[in-house]
Amino acid sequence: MPGVATVYRWELFKLRHQKRTYLGFGASIIVPILFVIAIHLRRHHERGGGFAFSDYLDRSGLAVPLVILLFGSIWLFPLITALVAGDIFASEDHNGTLKTILTRSLERWQLFAGKALAAASYAVAAILLCGTVGVLAGSLQSGFHPLQSLSGTVVSAPKATELVYVSLLIYLIPIATVVCIGLLLSAVTHNSAAAVVGTLMISLLFQLIGILPGLSGLQPYLLSTQFNAWQGLLRTPIDWTPIVRAAWVCAIYGGLAIGTSFLVFVRRDVAGG
Amino acid sequence: MSAGVATEGTDPPPLEVRGLIKRYGELTAVAGVDVTVNRGDVYGYLGPNGAGKTTSLRMMLGLIRPTAGSVRLFGRDPMATVQALRGVAGFVEAPTFYPYLSGRRNLELLAAFDGGEARERIAAALDTVELASRAQDRVGGYSHGMRQRLGIAAALLRDPRLLLLDEPATGLDPAGMRDMRRLIRRLADGGMTVLLSSHLLAEVEELCNRVAIVRTGRIVYEGEIAELKRGAGTVYRLQTTDDERGLAVARAQPGIRDVRGEREAILFTADPEAVAALSQALVEAGALIRAMAPQNVTLEDLFFSLTEDDPAAPRGVAPVPEPEPTA
Ligand SMILES: Nc1ncnc2c1ncn2[C@@H]1O[C@H](COP(=O)(O)OP(=O)(O)O)[C@@H](O)[C@H]1O
Ligand SMILES: [Mg+2]
Repeated sequence: MPGVATVYRWELFKLRHQKRTYLGFGASIIVPILFVIAIHLRRHHERGGGFAFSDYLDRSGLAVPLVILLFGSIWLFPLITALVAGDIFASEDHNGTLKTILTRSLERWQLFAGKALAAASYAVAAILLCGTVGVLAGSLQSGFHPLQSLSGTVVSAPKATELVYVSLLIYLIPIATVVCIGLLLSAVTHNSAAAVVGTLMISLLFQLIGILPGLSGLQPYLLSTQFNAWQGLLRTPIDWTPIVRAAWVCAIYGGLAIGTSFLVFVRRDVAGG
Repeated sequence: MSAGVATEGTDPPPLEVRGLIKRYGELTAVAGVDVTVNRGDVYGYLGPNGAGKTTSLRMMLGLIRPTAGSVRLFGRDPMATVQALRGVAGFVEAPTFYPYLSGRRNLELLAAFDGGEARERIAAALDTVELASRAQDRVGGYSHGMRQRLGIAAALLRDPRLLLLDEPATGLDPAGMRDMRRLIRRLADGGMTVLLSSHLLAEVEELCNRVAIVRTGRIVYEGEIAELKRGAGTVYRLQTTDDERGLAVARAQPGIRDVRGEREAILFTADPEAVAALSQALVEAGALIRAMAPQNVTLEDLFFSLTEDDPAAPRGVAPVPEPEPTA
């Protein structure tokens, strides 16, 4: 019997045949490489005129993926994520293919679930790819050296590598929320570009709210803040508070978004195409 | 099909539509349609552009939710579960596929979504629609006709007992139209029940045994085509030595309907007996006949006579009740 797994497999197959998938993966590979090249050039030409974290980056290559996580939350990772999540329903509208797949033997919820899982899988792959390229490129540039934690203690290189990957996993919590927002806008707008840009705007909006005076009380509950939850891992002892908060804050935002997109998709009239 | 336990009479019909209505805001696209398609029918759903054919078929396939009324496919509701589409296949408007995948890959995807034996039917389906040699090419490069045929192939993967086709020959070149009609004929001869929409009377006449004529969302005729044509009478084109007098005579003649003057000719609708009487009346009035030829009945002519409030409207046709305008 066909089911969610059938849809999931074919969605991944379709992603492998679409340019935007490679655009996202390409960015995940190129950004850490460009970043490391920038560090390298700065070290040889500007001597000492460092930017934030420059000491950190010079001492251990393992700092590279972490600094990318820090800056990437502003727009890079939301964009990479939205590229596929925002397109996954809208592309069916664009190609007019919803009517084609909805008249086979799968219920709408099965199509929804398979597509949502595929969009999430792509996001996971992109983040892990970016982190791994960051580790490799960073180590080539600054060496596979021990890393200083945010509490000042020194963590051995193998242990720090482990921390980098656990950080990437924690980072996937807010990324999953961005996936849900992308799915929502994709299902509602029926337009890929609108959904991708919209998702990016929403994540930028959270950051704007965060810096508005008088709204600092909201800060811990904003989506943008949850992108920093992984930093709790770099403290000794590990600070779980931001991580736990990220889990439930993101579950609320993500749950609302994906619940709404589910209802919209399951109930919509397929009148176009 | 299979030697089922249930007898023919007790089985629900392939398609049963009752009081179907679809509104888009102010606009009523489908205004209370009743259709029953029985096993073995090749049913024509005939109407001009904008009559609501596609909207009706979308509701039959469970793609859009009716504002009111019901659709039953072999007794099951397509809005409730996609399982209602078991044994049913088809498409609305031009069939669509993933342009970046090959024709075969598209069919493989759809076969996977169908489950069961669908995958094993791909090769045969491609042969049936004569696309086997182009199956490896990306659908993005297919012509309209090829996509149309791929749409039929995609439907055949489901081994349907009921085929719902929305203007399958529209937009094809004359040869493509002929091939498409032959294909549908062949499928129907093989025992498939078919409902096809069309805006061409000739097409429906060639393929179908029953027809529903829709106009602005309402069915204005439902029944057999032969009956319809008999009832509608034949349109004649008349040329006389004195068209002005001829026109007056035709208008005054009993049994001559829809009389209208055209460039150097008079058009009217009549039965053969009335035509004989008219020719005599024309001679007596001094308007001698130069030419009088029956025309092919056009859809427009049929509509004209169907919607005209006159006792000569198609005989033997049960008047279709107008659905009440609901608030
Ligand atoms: N999604 C829609 N939104 C608004 N109006 C629609 C929609 N789909 C169809 N219509 C209108 O409904 C009427 C019937 O359309 P349609 O079913 O496509 O006719 P047909 O297939 O017979 O040409 C038309 O007036 C059309 O403009
Ligand atoms: Mg149409």
